[in-house]
Amino acid sequence: MDKGEIPEDANEHCPGPQAETAGKSEACAGCPNQEVCATGTAPKGPDPDLVAIAERMTTVKHKILVLSCKGGVGKSTFSAQLSFALAGMDHQVGLMDIDICGPSMPKMLGLEGQCSHKSNFGWSPVYVEDNLGVMSISFMFPECDGEPAIWRGPRKNGLIKQFLKDVYWRDIDYLVVDTPPGTSDEHITIASCLAGIDGAIIVTTPQEVAMVDVRKGVNFCKKKGVNVLGVVENMSGLAQPLSDFKFMKKLGSSSVVDVTEDMISCVRENGPELLLDDVYVWSQVLDSSGGGAERMCEEMGVPFLGKVPLDPQLCRAAERGKSCFEGNKCSVSAPALKSIIEKVIASINIKEDLQSTDGEKKETP
Amino acid sequence: MHGDNRLPRSLAETAGKSESCAGCPNQQACATGTAPTGPDPAERMATVKHKILVLSCKGGVGKSTFRYMRAKHAKNNNFGWSPVYVNDNLGVVSISLMHSESDDEPAIWRGPRKNDLIKQFLKEVHWGDHIDYLVVDTPPGTSDEHITLVQCLLDTGIDGAIIVTTPQEVAMADVRKGVNFCKKIGVSVLGVVENMSGLTQPLSDVKFMKLTTETGSSVDVTQDMISCIRENAPELLDGVFAWSQVFDSSGGGAERMCEEMGVPFLGKVPLDPQLGRAAERGKSCFEANKCSVSAPALKSIIEKVVASIKMKEDLSGGENKETP
Repeated sequence: MDKGEIPEDANEHCPGPQAETAGKSEACAGCPNQEVCATGTAPKGPDPDLVAIAERMTTVKHKILVLSCKGGVGKSTFSAQLSFALAGMDHQVGLMDIDICGPSMPKMLGLEGQCSHKSNFGWSPVYVEDNLGVMSISFMFPECDGEPAIWRGPRKNGLIKQFLKDVYWRDIDYLVVDTPPGTSDEHITIASCLAGIDGAIIVTTPQEVAMVDVRKGVNFCKKKGVNVLGVVENMSGLAQPLSDFKFMKKLGSSSVVDVTEDMISCVRENGPELLLDDVYVWSQVLDSSGGGAERMCEEMGVPFLGKVPLDPQLCRAAERGKSCFEGNKCSVSAPALKSIIEKVIASINIKEDLQSTDGEKKETP
Repeated sequence: MHGDNRLPRSLAETAGKSESCAGCPNQQACATGTAPTGPDPAERMATVKHKILVLSCKGGVGKSTFRYMRAKHAKNNNFGWSPVYVNDNLGVVSISLMHSESDDEPAIWRGPRKNDLIKQFLKEVHWGDHIDYLVVDTPPGTSDEHITLVQCLLDTGIDGAIIVTTPQEVAMADVRKGVNFCKKIGVSVLGVVENMSGLTQPLSDVKFMKLTTETGSSVDVTQDMISCIRENAPELLDGVFAWSQVFDSSGGGAERMCEEMGVPFLGKVPLDPQLGRAAERGKSCFEANKCSVSAPALKSIIEKVVASIKMKEDLSGGENKETP
């Protein structure tokens, strides 16, 4: 028997609103839906929210989730730069930030302190450019900047559904959804409520401890029926111009002296052919001796999209809410990101073309 | 801990008797009441002298420093679940140590189920007759796990929270939230740690690459650079390390944030690849001398935390003595 969809605010062992024991079992005690279930007035049929969400999403062509499971791997930076890149290619882009506790998108898109407004059409995103709109909890409660959202799962789920149902995106080509770390309420809700997700991009860093979370992320997608567009290995080695480094010499146990000038002068005088202006310093930083994301993708049968070096210029661009593709400052990270994003778009286009071809074949008598 | 989303916990009245218990390996134990019922957190915490929460709000700042011990299960004995011991005086409890499934399986759990597990950790883990410190590692954010943890532990006395961050402005937003979270829920802030605060590496661990603008590729010129310096100024190679800020702290970083918010600044820990490796291998950074840049910084911070807790304890002890 179909026991009905478990409401978001139901008790832990809810028997289901349409089960025989709905509202009457011991597990129902104290549940906000108890009376409704017991009297049989629980809504039958599909969740009306899903219907409203599906209607909203008819103006959204492609939907991409950006996941990580592990925190601090640069997922939000990637989501922001992906959105900038897509908008830079003249696509219409929406960016939805469903990290309720730690919303980073306003800062990373240069939109701190802005508000969303409600109109007859719904909540309006905040626009970076005409073709790049962003929605985040920060825009709904701008007066609460710095205040933590100490929200349990059901309340977060309610807001995410509201983002999906009530935000007026207009006609957009891409909706990018930035998620918090983990595989919990936010991820379950978005995967359950947002139909027709083109796929998920999983962002990671090179270390083995991060690979554990990538595997979980890939398995989450498989369980939830979300296609994995691929995995990005971020912070994959640090590459910085020599001029951004200092060289310090230890003197005894506690003092250090800066020998940067001495070293640079020595090389300029004795090895000018090394042309120091073109030299950059490279360091692995985060150990990838386990094979990193590329090997893990081979094992799991998902695409490896590429590596992005740890680039302090990219961090600065993110802090200032700028696209890394403007100017030439992010000279090590921007080309890597561009290559990855092009692969993502190509992958989505291939799927779209295949679906059109299948559709034509079905129509052909 | 075995089973699916709908299984009642061992303490529920329907434990072992409801339809969803059918086939569960714990069914008989629960139905006959021989499953450990577990005391309230307050009783378990009576043997715990100090409790420290480690928060970050932002992910990936280095809050967790040890990896899972794979394929080891916490045993269920008459006293409750036992931690897995690293050595005689360091025990660990983690969901990874309790699940019999593969480590690759995600815990796709909504809040209520996570809350249940946290309560189970607090009520059913037997920490031994006496432990001096219980350190609680938390996930990023300020959600179910944090609320449940504090609700259950606050009455038993939480010594305080350490907030870990990185230097950038985007991380400072989360530090503010973390501090405000502690203020709202009445947990003392022991202090803030600024992690990944500048990359410090021995010169021998970096490479020098030269960009060839014609092809856009790079050539490794490390040997040439080092040879040049060795021949002409060898004293510049001994005891030299390379330093770079990496994560921008021009906004003032955690130290300035702590001044603004009136909470202690515990110190900075450099981004040390050796610390990353030690963490990956489940090793203490204080063993041997490999983490030569991060271990002293961590040691200094930890000494401040211990001193702070001790000072509070002495003050509370003093007040108690004065009370007639």
